[in-house]
Amino acid sequence: MRDNIENMASENDADSKKVATPVRQYDVVVKILENYQYNHEKLIPILHAVQEEYRYLPEAVMMYVANALGISPARVYGVATFYAHFALQPKGKYVVRVCDGTACHVKGSMNMFETIKKVLSLSDKKTTTDDLLFTVETVSCLGACGLAPVMMVNGDVYGQLTENKVKDIIENIRKHEAGVKK
Amino acid sequence: MNETKTIKINGCEYLIENERNVLEIARKAGIDIPTFCYHSELSVYGACRMCLVEIEGRGIVTSCSTPPEKGMVVWTNTREVRNIRKLNLELLLANHERECTTCLKNGTCSLQKLSRTMGIDKIRYKSKVRKEMHDTSSTALIRDPNKCVLCGDCVRACDEIQGIGAIDFAWRGANAKVVPVFNRGLGEIECVDCGQCARVCPTGAIVPKPEIDAVWAMIDDPSVTVVAQVAPAIRVALGEYFSLSAGTITTGKLIAALRNIGFDNVYDTAFTADVTVIEEGSELLKRLSEKKHLPLITSCCPSWVKFAEQYFPELLENLSTCRSPQQMFGSLAHKIMPDKIGKSNDKFKVVSVMPCTAKKAEAARHEFTTENGRDVDAVITTQELGKMIESAGIRFTDLKDEDFDMPFGIASGAGIIFGMSGGVTEAVVRFAAEKIAGSIDTCEVVKNRVTEGITELTVNIGDTSFKSAVVYGLKNARAICKDIVNGSSPYQVIEVMACPGGCINGAGQPVITDFKSVTKRAEGLREIDNKSKISTTLSNSSVAKIYKEYLGNSGSDEAHKLLHTHYRSRKRVRDDAFHLLGSSAPKLSVSICVGTNCCLGGAHELMRDLVAYVNSHALQDIVEVKAAFCFEKCSGKAPMVMINNDIVAGCTFDNIQKRINDIL
Repeated sequence: MRDNIENMASENDADSKKVATPVRQYDVVVKILENYQYNHEKLIPILHAVQEEYRYLPEAVMMYVANALGISPARVYGVATFYAHFALQPKGKYVVRVCDGTACHVKGSMNMFETIKKVLSLSDKKTTTDDLLFTVETVSCLGACGLAPVMMVNGDVYGQLTENKVKDIIENIRKHEAGVKK
Repeated sequence: MNETKTIKINGCEYLIENERNVLEIARKAGIDIPTFCYHSELSVYGACRMCLVEIEGRGIVTSCSTPPEKGMVVWTNTREVRNIRKLNLELLLANHERECTTCLKNGTCSLQKLSRTMGIDKIRYKSKVRKEMHDTSSTALIRDPNKCVLCGDCVRACDEIQGIGAIDFAWRGANAKVVPVFNRGLGEIECVDCGQCARVCPTGAIVPKPEIDAVWAMIDDPSVTVVAQVAPAIRVALGEYFSLSAGTITTGKLIAALRNIGFDNVYDTAFTADVTVIEEGSELLKRLSEKKHLPLITSCCPSWVKFAEQYFPELLENLSTCRSPQQMFGSLAHKIMPDKIGKSNDKFKVVSVMPCTAKKAEAARHEFTTENGRDVDAVITTQELGKMIESAGIRFTDLKDEDFDMPFGIASGAGIIFGMSGGVTEAVVRFAAEKIAGSIDTCEVVKNRVTEGITELTVNIGDTSFKSAVVYGLKNARAICKDIVNGSSPYQVIEVMACPGGCINGAGQPVITDFKSVTKRAEGLREIDNKSKISTTLSNSSVAKIYKEYLGNSGSDEAHKLLHTHYRSRKRVRDDAFHLLGSSAPKLSVSICVGTNCCLGGAHELMRDLVAYVNSHALQDIVEVKAAFCFEKCSGKAPMVMINNDIVAGCTFDNIQKRINDIL
């Protein structure tokens, strides 16, 4: 598990370097729009690509995209809010996705979800920690029903969860982050 | 061979002509099928599930989205159809805030009406109303999300008629809502206040913002003289509020009612429409002879003006500088009346009665406020006037006809037809004909309907000829404007009204369910024009008198001050600049506009160069770089850049580098 976290963290550090320069991001938005020839029918892939870059959809960028594509900003906002995948708030460095598909639900995944929220002092409305380290959300199925209950932290899957196991995973990430900071 | 096709509805055969759907045929046959989300001028949506009918072999389907086919057998009133409609209505009502007694739509709400006609006596489903804040940020409209039934009428009206899309669906499933971008207020976004959303809203979710209380307060203050000005479109629509048929001319009763309510004087906005004809007509003849700033585009419609300011800043010089008749009246009345009646300006108030919600926003514009306060102190709609008449206990239909007060009481037929699409152009053409040839008989006009909402006129007056476009719906206006920008527009005069059919179909008019009412109102105005002894502005001696006594010639300084205005480019959505680079306490803050105009003018290249320079010279602690959206100066040379607090038009990298070097 240790390795797992280090892998995740190193990927994420590279990510956070990307995020550190808004100029580069702005540049990237222009490149994305150019890639799709400013075609308004490609709004969804454009928003996907923008979110890859920013990890969420900032209002200023949605405005810019609407202007550039010649569609109303309300339409862009409508699409961005329709799909659960698009985030309107900045997400944490570690995105924890707890599976709430049928198998996981039956196996008590919502208890795991509640435990994580409790450990991180989050609620249904507040899904990201103040230090922007964790975001917690549910997904409908991760396709690993045999390991139910399951959750994913960034790219890594954790199965057969128990409340203690979940607490350990969070704790390990926190310890790792504290070490990185020193 | 032309085969006759028929359809059977409730056992009777009907001919299929050009109807788009079963609903149209049924209504034509006099069978009423309930609807919320169906409007003949908008696209078919099929959301409300009220128009369900049974078609043999197909089961229960929505009649609005089913095209008629030969041999179809339709039943509109079976037990099953009735029950399903009722169930659907109950489901809609369960998520609707049913505070009817305090609702602004009380009495004209389709939901209320259908509940009554369908005999809803209880709702079997648990109510699930989220209590949300009312949006009162706009000067023209109020949005109450708790009353929304998600029929999408407003969304389609804004997108399909005006081409703006200021509101749209957001979120999903049980959380779905209709909201402006980022859930902001209507007053903070690109909404042009036309209120077509409110006109089509079947419930009280979007309504004109009432000013009735403010008007009563003025009237109830004995020290204040309150005068009313009445737009042309009111006199052919107010009757509908009192169950008269659409288009009934009620000018005399309307004046009597206003006096009964307590207005000291009642004047005609069509009078200042005549003044507009003189000012705008002279402007047109001048521009035609100088070949400057053509085409001339009308400026009577405040929604169109705001639209142009937001989307076509490069065309603002083409807009007529004339104020709208409402605002001309406001400034003239405040100029002339207080002295005449021996009162100070703050004890003299002007209230307009308008068919329009955007007029509320127009009256609040800072261009129309002087040291004496607003030129037009309050604006009420036709519907609000109807409510005031009712609450004053006046029996409208029993009133005896009265006449407008002088000096703003006599209007020509040309002034009256300002209330409908094409009227402004026609009035100006009559003026030009009289001015050039001495009579309107020599004038030759050829009309050509290009598409729904765009009519082309070719006008020949002696040696002078010009081409004109009469446009309604801002979506159509956008297409015409794009042609002007590309240089491919053949027109010298363009009339734009935002609402389909013109002011007679404004959002403040009595609620209509059928576009035929608009045609009837237009016929009413035409009848007043035909019966009018004065058909052209120049033969209106009371207008000539006002010029002689107060304004001098058209084009005088006084006329310019009181009758004309100016425009400015406007940003569409209020937002913050987007911080790109640099410290939070910089010595030099550079915001580069990346709005549409500036991006085309090289803003992005400038941004790249600047960022590269700041990085390579390690100036991050000194220089801050931001991407901003519009400084509302789009008529200047792009790109616009704000350096500290100075806005530099056509800014180059050298300009910025020089400012950086100055600091270093």
